Amino acid sequence: MKFAVIVFPGSNCDLDMYHAVKDELGEEAEYVWHDAESLEDYDAVLLPGGFSYGDYLRSGAIAQFSNVMKEVVKAAEAGKPVLGVCNGFQILLEAGLLPGAMRRNDSLKFICKQVELKVENNETMFTAGYEKGEVITIPVAHGEGNYYCDEATLAALKANNQIVFTYEGENPNGSLEDIAGIINERGNVLGMMPHPERAVDELLGGADGLKLFKSIVKQWREANAVNA
Amino acid sequence: MYKVKVYVTLRESVLDPQGTAVKNSLATHGYEGIQDVRIGKYMELTLDETVKDVDAAVKEMCERLLANPVIEDYRYEVEEVVAQ
Repeated sequence: MKFAVIVFPGSNCDLDMYHAVKDELGEEAEYVWHDAESLEDYDAVLLPGGFSYGDYLRSGAIAQFSNVMKEVVKAAEAGKPVLGVCNGFQILLEAGLLPGAMRRNDSLKFICKQVELKVENNETMFTAGYEKGEVITIPVAHGEGNYYCDEATLAALKANNQIVFTYEGENPNGSLEDIAGIINERGNVLGMMPHPERAVDELLGGADGLKLFKSIVKQWREANAVNA
Repeated sequence: MYKVKVYVTLRESVLDPQGTAVKNSLATHGYEGIQDVRIGKYMELTLDETVKDVDAAVKEMCERLLANPVIEDYRYEVEEVVAQ
């Protein structure tokens, strides 16, 4: 399975994402620059964290209009897995691939630490390897992860089981309903503030994020087994 | 030439953590009676005469990029200026 790791000017988790896929997962990964013309050669798209375009105006606001985002939209429409982490999540929100928006953390501080997450929905291509209700430990590192959406959107997210991860115990940023990660209605675009790519090796503090990447691969193998 | 002043603010329904912090800070400085502080952005655009429908153009810019309609409101003022 071949993963595209999108690189915007200012991305800084692209190496971690690449490492997670290539070295820990053992799948193919390539860096794809923000002005790329096509993502057709890839089976999945990863939008890494960082500060794309300096987070000027708003986090993800400028990145949403970069050339590759048209291709990310096409990949999402084609049903390919699209994962946005941290700044990647912010970009997915700005691009309208996921509903809602981010505000500054309620503490106004940049928060970088391990947090506990509850797997609210394990019936997705990203979370099938977890148990429903399982509590996992994944690091967060952000200043704007305070998720917000209006009441109608929240009701829709709940009705369609689109809230995938919530903060367990302490909510680090004040997000609505402790939301840490949401998925689109179709179930192939996941955005989350915590960094699963930084939790793929026990030596580096934990490997709870690896199951997320393994789930993507397993789902992809099963979906493509017919053609094999 | 046109000078456009764009003001982007968080919607009333959206909590503004920065505004709340500044409000509390003002209170600790002894300023009384401050009901609320909202923090926003101010932008100045300079457009030349090739822009035909300034109003429509600015509105579109605000909705597509300058403001995020999920959490922000915007307003703007257009002023016609003589090119230097």
